Amino acid sequence: MASYLARRLTLAIPVLLGILFVTFSLTRLLPGDPCRSALGEKATDEICDAFNDRYGLNDPIYEQFRIYISDVLHGNLGESLKFGRPVTELMVERLPVTLELSFFAMLFAVTVGIPLGVISAYYHNSSIDVGTMIWANIGVSMPVFWLGLMLSYVFGVVLKDTPFWLPPTGRLTAGQSIEPFYVAWGLNVDGDALTLPGFIANINTLNALLVRDWDGFVDAFKHMVLPAIAVGTIPLSIIARMTRSSLLEVLGLNYIRTARAKGVREMGVVVKHGLRNALLPVVTIIGLSLGSLLSGAVLTETVFGLSGVGRILYDSITGRDYTVVQAFTLIIAVFFVFINLIVDALYAYLDPRIRLE
Amino acid sequence: MTKHQHDFQPSTNSQPLLEIHDLRTYFFTRDGTVKAVDGVSLTVERGQIHGLVGESGCGKSMTAMSILRLVDKPGRIVSGEVLFKGEDLLKKTRHEMTAIRGKQISVIFQEPKSSLNPVLRVGTQLIEVLRIHEGKQRTIKRKDAVEQLRSVGIPDPDRRVENYPHEMSGGMAQRVMIAMGMACAPDLLIADEPTTALDVTIQAQVLDLIRKLRDEHEMGVILITHDMGIVAEMADIVTVMYAGTAVEEAPTVELFETPLHPYTQGLIASIPVMGQVKERLEVIPGNVPNLIDMPPGCRFAPRCKARIEHGLTRCEVEEPHMIEAKPNHFVRCWLYEGES
Repeated sequence: MASYLARRLTLAIPVLLGILFVTFSLTRLLPGDPCRSALGEKATDEICDAFNDRYGLNDPIYEQFRIYISDVLHGNLGESLKFGRPVTELMVERLPVTLELSFFAMLFAVTVGIPLGVISAYYHNSSIDVGTMIWANIGVSMPVFWLGLMLSYVFGVVLKDTPFWLPPTGRLTAGQSIEPFYVAWGLNVDGDALTLPGFIANINTLNALLVRDWDGFVDAFKHMVLPAIAVGTIPLSIIARMTRSSLLEVLGLNYIRTARAKGVREMGVVVKHGLRNALLPVVTIIGLSLGSLLSGAVLTETVFGLSGVGRILYDSITGRDYTVVQAFTLIIAVFFVFINLIVDALYAYLDPRIRLE
Repeated sequence: MTKHQHDFQPSTNSQPLLEIHDLRTYFFTRDGTVKAVDGVSLTVERGQIHGLVGESGCGKSMTAMSILRLVDKPGRIVSGEVLFKGEDLLKKTRHEMTAIRGKQISVIFQEPKSSLNPVLRVGTQLIEVLRIHEGKQRTIKRKDAVEQLRSVGIPDPDRRVENYPHEMSGGMAQRVMIAMGMACAPDLLIADEPTTALDVTIQAQVLDLIRKLRDEHEMGVILITHDMGIVAEMADIVTVMYAGTAVEEAPTVELFETPLHPYTQGLIASIPVMGQVKERLEVIPGNVPNLIDMPPGCRFAPRCKARIEHGLTRCEVEEPHMIEAKPNHFVRCWLYEGES
């Protein structure tokens, strides 16, 4: 098992190198001038020459690539062309938002989607099944931004002054703040050493748990509910449909008949004997959905006023902010590789036949 | 062929273990009603092996599944009685049925490897039966599973109990299935083609095991097979099925010595005999009728040579009844009706 995962990890290296190459080339193939995007149309040629010189953009492409690779391998992701700040700083700001949102969205999608699929399969062809699947199909076809707008309208505006009100925008109520855990714990960190703690502290709900600030946790969580539902609905519907169809297939197999003949109750047959066998394709879907959630959701982030990966990626692509695009793409690729690794490990856990290979 | 015959004495005073009366299980499909089981009656006594033979699709397995009420949709048991120890299983609640399955009646299926759950260890699957029915959640442990495996002759059960089904051979997996079936010492064991997917040598071992367990536990066995050789070897009494209905029932020796129904005669004639050279094996001409458009009258009539030889005319018009042509020998054929 360990060697299996080690092998998969080794295989990830060429994948990541390939990604570096492709994003590097694609950003440079885009027409447009990073200098004038960053400094404005009125920037003079002298200013732009100095700008390009500062960021090494006057070097030949292959030289730029060599420097870039060497920097990345040394852990230096560079400086944003537009903001003039290190990209790592931007990541500490933006990634936690997307991570938190993706986590809650996926939690919602899995905890609701799998039971819905099971119920649907259990009551196959009944009105419950049909009803659930109609909702799942609506969920898949729902435009995310529209759902987001409707959710913020209903929960943020219509239900205002009721207990069901939920904050339609932002990450925390204005004035509310959660003490970073490294401060609360009296850790003395600053400068580069602050990168990781700062990153973790910026995941509001996690930080609130670490410092046991329950009010802060509830506030941060409430802010996540609506966006998480908005981006989680499509994966939820896909998971529910996949669980249902995979389970229905499994429920026709011989060992299910054996389980019934053994006197296992029908719920036990479906959950204990059926579900685990049916989960493989569902796990794949969960992994893929989580990967795409982590690459950011521009529309949802915009609707709910969240500054996550989706928005910065969008802005940097349109603004020709090469370093930011490259760095965020790389980190998303790392997430994907990591998720795939977990999916593979889950496969082996779920199905002993895979462990042998 | 008779050397293993069990000395079976039908008990006349006590009630039989299982009595099926006129069981009918139909499948309601878009193309029409498939009468998979259409009026089957049979009786199984304690300690008796009751063979159920017939071609594929004649309703043998469906009869067994109907006993357990495990008929999948769109199938439904439409009428009949399944008296198990005097109580009609068809009138039990779902809850009562789950308590009976695996405990008082258990089944061994045809393909052992696909009949075991691939993601659970065989030990876990064995313990599950005991936990469901014996209700001793905590006290049932791995060693009980090891004991069960040992009792069905699995070598090295201590190690095997940790195996997954894909790590076992077919024969080994079938022993596990038998161990699972026998775990709660059932009164009735249904063996649905238990050896069809196995090598000949393993077949003999598995059949021996079933016979041995029958002797030890005095349980009744319904042995479903299409192999006349296995029936001759194992069964005390045989019911021959054709197109969803029973056509003949007799003690095994009697059936093989004097088969009455033309279909049974054909089946027995088609067994190749060692040392006897034939140009071609005997076959029964024609095919099993479509279970949706059953011919009126006798279902075997279109393939029946005897009908033509004896110049019978009502075969194709009127369905014959199951009659006792000889003592304990029942047959459904116009050739014998009126004689008894």
